Amino acid sequence: MHPALSVIFFTVTSGAGYGLFILLALAHVFGIGDPLTVGEFYTAGILSLVMITAGLLSSTFHLANPKNAWRAVMRFRTSWLSREGVFAIAFYPFAVLYMLGFYINGLELGVPCILFALIGALIALITVFTTGMIYGSLKTIPQWSTSLTPANYILLGLASGATFFTAIRALAGSEVGTIAALAVALVAIAAIGKVIYYFWIGRESITINTATGFTRAVVRLLDTGHTCDTFLNREFGHTIDCAKVGLLRGVVYLLAFALPIILLAMIATQNGGSGLALLAAISIYLGTGVERWLFFAEAKHVVNLYHGRQSC
Amino acid sequence: MKLGLVIDLDVCVGCHGCAVACKQWNTSGTTGPLTDTDAYGAEPSGVWFNRIRSYEVGDYPHNKTVHFPMSCMHCEDAACVTVCPTGASWKRQEDGIVLVDQDKCMGCNLCSWACPYGARELDPASGTMKKCTLCIDRIYDERLPVEERQPACVLTCPAHARHFGDFDDPESDVSRLTRERSGYALMPEMGYKPTNKYLPPRQKRTVDTSDVARGGVRDKLKAWVNRVVAR
Ligand code: SF4
Ligand code: SF4
Ligand code: SF4
Repeated sequence: MHPALSVIFFTVTSGAGYGLFILLALAHVFGIGDPLTVGEFYTAGILSLVMITAGLLSSTFHLANPKNAWRAVMRFRTSWLSREGVFAIAFYPFAVLYMLGFYINGLELGVPCILFALIGALIALITVFTTGMIYGSLKTIPQWSTSLTPANYILLGLASGATFFTAIRALAGSEVGTIAALAVALVAIAAIGKVIYYFWIGRESITINTATGFTRAVVRLLDTGHTCDTFLNREFGHTIDCAKVGLLRGVVYLLAFALPIILLAMIATQNGGSGLALLAAISIYLGTGVERWLFFAEAKHVVNLYHGRQSC
Repeated sequence: MKLGLVIDLDVCVGCHGCAVACKQWNTSGTTGPLTDTDAYGAEPSGVWFNRIRSYEVGDYPHNKTVHFPMSCMHCEDAACVTVCPTGASWKRQEDGIVLVDQDKCMGCNLCSWACPYGARELDPASGTMKKCTLCIDRIYDERLPVEERQPACVLTCPAHARHFGDFDDPESDVSRLTRERSGYALMPEMGYKPTNKYLPPRQKRTVDTSDVARGGVRDKLKAWVNRVVAR
């Protein structure tokens, strides 16, 4: 699949933004770690909303006819993309009400504020799930058609959100031991999910034989029927060689998982300062970007079988 | 009704006539134009509802060239329709034709991702998704003579490799052909239940040449001269 930068930026940035909001709401409501300061609350809250909004706006650059984008909420009953749109919109009132409640009451948590925070966090989680399901529900792309896809989206969103949250609190000079330890756990779980995914997509199950119906003989492409690029080639024809996949997976393991885990663990054990936390956040953000690029680049749409691929 | 096409792989000669006729008819039809970019330049590209690929099946000497036209299969379980967030993609209840409402499409490409058969192409000029309409603006046009109320690709095919009809009617041409010639659907494991069916190439008797009389001295001389002169 063609890795479109607008979609990569969207899924990575808004995923981290939703993760950050979830962590903020949970830490606030359940009092995880040291009590929040007002500054931390606003920084985390506003940053999460900015990231989510920037991501959603970027996703509209991917549309060829954005003037009809408002119609995307119409097919809620069948389309995961539509559901994503609906939940993304439904998230805003709760997030804003939560922040507003904070503005009015300060750090004192009232019942409505707790409700807005928890419902907002739940909708944020569902939104990331729906994003994953857009890809996970496509049977035409065997590498995506697995429940590991939405799981990875959620785990990576939470892991980056937790890392961002740790960085914000550390930069504000708070005690972040507990929250950093939580972040280490979330990044480690995300890493396990991704390793399983990379093993799982190794198999190729659909062949040129069932695609053409000639199941008792070798089938080779003689002619694609076109002389220059087509929509199908540009959208689905993207290929990547094994060496590059190996290299980039290494980058993902390093930037998205290993480095953040080491840095966060150092912070959790009081061995590092806020600079390391910032580094961890930058590292996981870039690492997730590479991870998302690979997610698209490694996906093989079955239409490639008609263009001569033997299996997908 | 369940309208669709039967494509006879035994007789298709790979002339691309159906693709050209389709482009000609539909570019001024309901979902036209089928925009071309750089049409006279070095990298011509454009929207097609119908594409023909050619394959070699089997190994020499038991190999065969098969030409393979593909357009929308008007699937019964069309995920291209269910994934569409705007409701632009829809499947008609009365005859099963899958269409894209050009006024509603936002050009997100998701339906083309959901189609296993490469039947949908985005028009860069309008920013909307386009696909085979089963020539809905021909088959129901009562101003056309009855025999012309067929898709452009079917009418034009010089080899009669394409047939159009109602699969719900067991006595229709397409049902009969599918039954008698073991018509099959492509990539059935996807579970889309394509309406269009493909007729496999027939097994042909091999012509034995071992008993053909070998030429006399004159023929051999002629053959030798031909070879030498060609060089
Ligand atoms: S062939 Fe593709 S575009 Fe046509 S109905 Fe089936 S899935 Fe949809
Ligand atoms: S490109 Fe258009 S028809 Fe296809 S899924 Fe998106 S909105 Fe629907
Ligand atoms: S039925 Fe009509 S639109 Fe479809 S491939 Fe044939 S000519 Fe094109």
